[in-house]
Amino acid sequence: MDVQTLTFIIVGATFALYIAIAIWARAGSTNDFYVAGGGVPPVLNGMATAADWMSAASFISMAGLISFMGYDGAVYLMGWTGGYVLLALCLAPYLRKFGKFTVPDFIGDRYYSQTARTVAVFCAIFVCFTYVAGQMRGVGVVFSRFLEVDIVTGVVLGMVIVFFYTVLGGMKGITYTQVAQFCVMVFAYVVPAVFISIMVTGHILPQTGFGATLADGSGMHLLQKLDNLSTDLGFHEYTTGTKSTIDVFFITFALMVGTAGLPHVIVRFFTVPKVHDARKSAGYALAFIAIVYTTAPSLAAFARVNMIETINGPELTGTSYEEAPSWIKNWEQTGLIEFNDKNGDGVMFYSGDERNEMTVDRDIMVLANPEIANLPAWVIALVAAGGVAAALSTSAGLLLVISTSVSHDLLKRNFAPNITDKAELFYARLAAGVAIVIAGYFGINPPGFVAQVVAFAFGLAASSFFPAIIMGIFSKRMNDKGAVAGMLSGIAFTATYIIYFKFVNPEANIPDNWLFGISPEGIGTLGMIVNFVVAFLVFKVTDEAPEEIQELVESIRYPKGAGEASAH
Amino acid sequence: MSFRNNDDQKAYWKENLALLFKLLVVWFAVSFGAGILFADALNNIQFFGFKLGFWFAQQGSILVFVALIFVYMAKMSAMDKRYGVEEE
Repeated sequence: MDVQTLTFIIVGATFALYIAIAIWARAGSTNDFYVAGGGVPPVLNGMATAADWMSAASFISMAGLISFMGYDGAVYLMGWTGGYVLLALCLAPYLRKFGKFTVPDFIGDRYYSQTARTVAVFCAIFVCFTYVAGQMRGVGVVFSRFLEVDIVTGVVLGMVIVFFYTVLGGMKGITYTQVAQFCVMVFAYVVPAVFISIMVTGHILPQTGFGATLADGSGMHLLQKLDNLSTDLGFHEYTTGTKSTIDVFFITFALMVGTAGLPHVIVRFFTVPKVHDARKSAGYALAFIAIVYTTAPSLAAFARVNMIETINGPELTGTSYEEAPSWIKNWEQTGLIEFNDKNGDGVMFYSGDERNEMTVDRDIMVLANPEIANLPAWVIALVAAGGVAAALSTSAGLLLVISTSVSHDLLKRNFAPNITDKAELFYARLAAGVAIVIAGYFGINPPGFVAQVVAFAFGLAASSFFPAIIMGIFSKRMNDKGAVAGMLSGIAFTATYIIYFKFVNPEANIPDNWLFGISPEGIGTLGMIVNFVVAFLVFKVTDEAPEEIQELVESIRYPKGAGEASAH
Repeated sequence: MSFRNNDDQKAYWKENLALLFKLLVVWFAVSFGAGILFADALNNIQFFGFKLGFWFAQQGSILVFVALIFVYMAKMSAMDKRYGVEEE
C-alpha cells in the first residue's frame, strides 16, 4: 500500500475514534462541560494534560527548532517542563482546593473584585486566541502535505471534528479524546525516533543514543560529529550556544512562569476529584511530557546529521539535484525546502556561510524525518496522525477556556448572574462554536504575526496570572488594589516592550538595544518582577484583605474538605 | 477548623514552605545552575558522551523535574496524614 492510502486509513481511524469517544462522554451539565464533573482519574488527567499542553508546535516544530539552535534550544525544553514544577508545587493543589471552574474565578473571588476578574478574563481570552491561531496553521501544514488536500479543506475538516467533540462533550469529551490523542501522539513521536536511533547509533533508546558513538564504525560520538560538521559548514558549534547567558536565563524563566500561568493548563487541575489527585496528576503529566521532551533533542541531533549527510553527501561535497531523494521534491511543493542553484552546477550544498544553496524550514525536521531516514510507509502515516492529534487536542483545550471565559466569567459572573444552568450551558456551546469559526478563519488566512505573538502569550501569562495567583495563595493579606495594580503594571510593561520591538520598530530588535540584554521573548520575567514589586508597594499603603478572605486563604492551604469544583 | 489546634495549622504551613523551598532550590540548581549559569564550566566534564552542562540543559533537568513532583507528592501525603488533614 502506498503512503497516501495508509495515511488516509490511519488518520481516518483516529478521527473515528475521537468522535466515538465524544459521543460516549457527552456533557449533561455545566459541571460536566467545564470540569468533566470533577471525576477524572489522575493518570488519565495526566495524559490529557500532556496532550493539551503539547501543541502542534511541540510536535512539529520543537525538534526542528532545537536542531537548528543546538544548545540554545534548551530554553524551550527546560522552560516548558520546569513550569510544571512550579505548577505542581505552588499552584495546582491550592487551586483545586479552592474549587472553582476557571482562573478568572479564582482571581475575582480571592481579590473580591470585579475589576480583577475582568482583567483576568481578557488576558485568558487573548492568550488562548493567540495560541489557537498557531495550532490551526499546524493543522493546515499537516493536512496539505500528508493528505494532499488544499489547506482550506484541511482546516475545515479539522474544525468540524473539534467542533463536534468540544461542543458536544465539553471538558468531559475533550478530556477523554485527549487521552486517546496523547497515545497516538507519543507513539507517533517515539517510533520514528527509535528507528532512527537504532540506525544512527545502534541504541534503542533515543535518549542514550543521543550520547552514544556512531554505528558507522568510526567510534566517534554523535555529538562530537555534529560539532565538527557544524563548525566545518560555518554554523556555530552544536553543543554551545550563541545567545548570551543572561538572555537564556530570562527566556527560560519567562517560559517557566508563563507555562505555570497558562489558563488552559491550570484548568485541567480542576477536573480531578481530590487535592491529592491534583498533585499526583501534575506528576503524571510531566512524566508523560518528559517522554516527548527528552526524545525531542535526541531526534533533533539525529535529524541534523541525517539531513546534512543526505544533502551534502558523505564526502561533504554536495549531491546532484537530479538524483535527489523523493522527499526533497515532495517537500519542495509545500515550500518548506528550497534549492537555489547559485553556482549553476546542479549540485545541492547546505551550509551556514556563503556556499549555502538550500533553504530548509525547521518544521520539516519532524515531518520529513521518517522519509529522510527511509522508514516504512506506515511510520510516515503515523507521524501525520500524530501531528493532527497534537493540533486538535490543544485547540480543543484552548477553545474550551475561551468558551468558559465567555459563558461563565463574562455572562454568569458579570452580566447575567441569574442565568440558569441550562442556559449557561447553551451559551458555553455557542461561544465554543463561534470561537471555532474564528480560529478556523485564522487557520485559513494565517496572520503573519503568529510567531511574534507567541512570545506575547507567554509574556502575558508570566506577568499577569502567575504573580496574582502566587500572591493569592502565599500571602493571606494581599489585597485587591495591590493585585490589580500589579497585574496592570506587569502587563503594561511587558506589552509595551514586546510591541515596541516586534511591531513598532522591528529593526531595533538587536541585543544592543535590549534592556539589560533581555530579548522580547524573555521580558515576561522582568514583567513578573514588576508585577510583584508594584503589588507589594500598593499593598503597603492600602488596607489588608478582609478577615473572611484571609480565612478563605487559610482554608485552601490544606487538603481536608475539598469538595467538587463548583460555581459557587 | 480541620486542624487539632492553631499551632498545628501554623506548623503544617511552615513545614510545607520548608519542603517547597528545598525542592525549589534543587529545581533552580539543575536548570538555571547546571544547565545555564555553570553550563560552560560543566561542559569540560564528559558524561557518557555528553558534555555535562549540555546534558543537564537538554536531558538531566527534565528528569530531575519529574522526580521533584513525585517527591513533593509523597512528602505532602505523609504530612497531611500526620496532621490529620488528608481527604476522606
